[in-house]
Amino acid sequence: LAPWIPVVGLEIHAQISSNSKLFSGSQVQFAAPPNSLVSFFDASLPGTLPVLNRRCVEAAVMTGLALNCSINKKSLFDRKHYFYADLPAGYQITQQRVPIAVNGSLSYSLCIDNKMSQMVTKTVRIKQIQLEQDSGKSLHDDTRCQTLVDLNRAGVGLMEVVMEPDMCCGEEAAAAVRELQLILQTLGSSQAVMAEGQLRVDANVSVHHPGEPYGVRTEVKNINSIRFLAKAVDYEIQRQIEELENGGTILNETRAFDSKLGCTVPMRDKEGKQDYRFMPEPNLPPLILYDTKSLPANMNHQQVINIDWIQERLPDLPSVKREKLVEQYGILPEHSFTLLNEDGLAEFFESVVKQTQMKPKKVIGWILNDLLSYLKQHSLTVKESPVSSILLADLLNLLEKKEISSTAAKRVLAELWKGEGKTPLEIVKEQKLELLQDQKELEQICQAVIDGQENEVIMMVLG
Amino acid sequence: ALKDGLCSQVSAALKEGRVTPTELCQRCLALVKSTKFLNAYITVAEETALKQAEESEERYKRGQPLGILDGIPIAVKDNFNTAGIETTCASNMLKGYISPYNATVVQKLLDHGAVLLGKTNLDEFAMGSGSTDGVFGPVRNPWSYSKQYKEKSVPKSHSEEESDWVITGGSSGGSAAAVSSFTCFAALGSDTGGSTRNPAAHCGVVGLKPTYGLISRHGLIPLVNSMDVPGILTRCVDDAAVLLGSLAGHDPKDSTTIQDDFKPFELPNLTDVSKLSIGIPKEYHAPGLSSEILALWSKAADLFKNAGAKVVEVSLPHTRYSIVCYHVLCTAEVASNMARFDGLEYGHRSDMKDSTESMYAATRREGFNDVVRGRILSGNYFLLKQ
Repeated sequence: LAPWIPVVGLEIHAQISSNSKLFSGSQVQFAAPPNSLVSFFDASLPGTLPVLNRRCVEAAVMTGLALNCSINKKSLFDRKHYFYADLPAGYQITQQRVPIAVNGSLSYSLCIDNKMSQMVTKTVRIKQIQLEQDSGKSLHDDTRCQTLVDLNRAGVGLMEVVMEPDMCCGEEAAAAVRELQLILQTLGSSQAVMAEGQLRVDANVSVHHPGEPYGVRTEVKNINSIRFLAKAVDYEIQRQIEELENGGTILNETRAFDSKLGCTVPMRDKEGKQDYRFMPEPNLPPLILYDTKSLPANMNHQQVINIDWIQERLPDLPSVKREKLVEQYGILPEHSFTLLNEDGLAEFFESVVKQTQMKPKKVIGWILNDLLSYLKQHSLTVKESPVSSILLADLLNLLEKKEISSTAAKRVLAELWKGEGKTPLEIVKEQKLELLQDQKELEQICQAVIDGQENEVIMMVLG
Repeated sequence: ALKDGLCSQVSAALKEGRVTPTELCQRCLALVKSTKFLNAYITVAEETALKQAEESEERYKRGQPLGILDGIPIAVKDNFNTAGIETTCASNMLKGYISPYNATVVQKLLDHGAVLLGKTNLDEFAMGSGSTDGVFGPVRNPWSYSKQYKEKSVPKSHSEEESDWVITGGSSGGSAAAVSSFTCFAALGSDTGGSTRNPAAHCGVVGLKPTYGLISRHGLIPLVNSMDVPGILTRCVDDAAVLLGSLAGHDPKDSTTIQDDFKPFELPNLTDVSKLSIGIPKEYHAPGLSSEILALWSKAADLFKNAGAKVVEVSLPHTRYSIVCYHVLCTAEVASNMARFDGLEYGHRSDMKDSTESMYAATRREGFNDVVRGRILSGNYFLLKQ
């Protein structure tokens, strides 16, 4: 059987972290009372006009720079038309012709095997980043034959990040999205929490034989977590391969991922192929951005965006942070990935290192094996950890000074998880876990044990 | 100069106490009532107008009028949002719609102390050039009742006389008729492809189409966003200048307004036109031009020439494509701008409940007239890729 090459591309919508919406002054807030964050413009009242939010543009520029994109100094806004209850104006304002950023790349890492002992770096090309409006939310109440519309989300700023079909499986897609999520969170341009709808991913999947043209692709939507992304993509690849090997064909359709069944199903037909009747948005002039060279002399600094100024102020991206951790503390690259993957873990690690004499290379084991596994077991975040960095540092100091054995340390840690407020030293004293250093005392104890077990000793000596 | 305008004269009279804002307002309202047969007004805001007149009077008493426009009765075309006063666009779609906000130009007029008498009639959603296609019926040109017109027409029966009237042109016909019949001193219209200038010509008043970007469109219910402007209708050029001066300037709520500071100006007394160069586009001498218009056009050109201006023939070679391009661009934007009228958030909503799509379709069929629906269909046709 000829091998199959799966091809995976992604369209990611990231909600911009800003106080107000992309084109109006109403607030951006999760889970507010329905229709409480709706301005006249959001409700599409006739005669209202869009006014571009500067912070949203800055967020898009930051993100573009972090993804190695060329920032278009002139980009345009367009209208994309379709009728739906959650789209009050009957069109979405987006950037179809000339988006704000193009031609970037994102590097991400995968472990070759499950043990995280070998990592390989891959790159996915970023086709473009565009600014666009989010839609409202509609809830279908079938029992009462009605649709409830909440416009709180209508008009919130989105960055659509388009990743070229350079990925080949669910794991790659998941890793790429995870890295993008970390980057967005580091920049602060989006909080990128999938559970709150701040990061939405649609996957484009197709398969083909080597040397042949790309196959028909399907779009997979309704993916609510990174874990489900990997599952959905892998399922769809498998489904397509099976379909084609059985002589079937793949339809260019949109499918939804059903997380309960773990499969993709065709979505209710959204009126076949949509013609969005794209048209330039006449109420918004072209978006002009400057750099230090092109900045006019007497331009009001408040009125313009200087790309170079933003570039200079970019924080350390995750890849840089990882390198620094490896260099500074001598930990393995795989360790740096885990540290950054868990919100607050890197800071916790560095805090412990500061407060203990134990070498970072040894501390990392306690962080990744003991602390992290406990947190995972109890579904806690680092912030919620009952063991603070100070407590752990105290414990590791006792171990380092050889006042307790590592077995004893593990027992103390288990006690610390109870969060009863005792210090490691108190627990050690309570449970009499001190390491005995006195040779004579040790001999006495051993002798007492042997004396008490004469028969067993004879049995042992006889073999 | 501005001080020669009617508004200035009235303003002077108000300052000197020869007439009070309340008297002025009452007289205009009475005239609106007695000229009801013109159908120039859709809504008369009697209560609020009298209140505004009262407040103006207080200011004049304190010797603190807000400017030339303080206490001056004005009218506003019914496609401008006016808070608390119905805004219908002469359409079933917005019958009964009370906007929660004022258009920027309306707010500016109110901030200058102008008295808003009411909302004027138009072609539905400003689509038309006759002011005949609105849901509240056509506007009649005041000149229909002039001696000149009556003398021209053959004596008829009473009922025939009743229906013997001429149009105002459009789409700002109501505003033009309101100004022309003396019910107000100035009115706001809108101009996309002539909708202020056309009715001004038909009704014998001054119609000014300001350059795009000079005056804010925030609150003007759009026809074609890339071409619409608020228009000014007055009985003399100086008044148009006063209005322009109070309305122009950058509006942060309208991103298409020019950023530069607007410099207020005074119209000079133009006695010397020798430095003026007037171009007469040869393509405008189009087939079908009536002899009367041609004669008047030549007369105007001669006026300038005899006064010493340079009058030359110029060529605007793409003139014959303009109407076609206009139709394509206009209908495309109309199709887009009308998409928001679905009955969900505001305006007319059909009783059809079978599905969202059927509700949309029924609402739009019931709410829009044939002209609007025709333009939406054309516009979508032009916007479709396939």
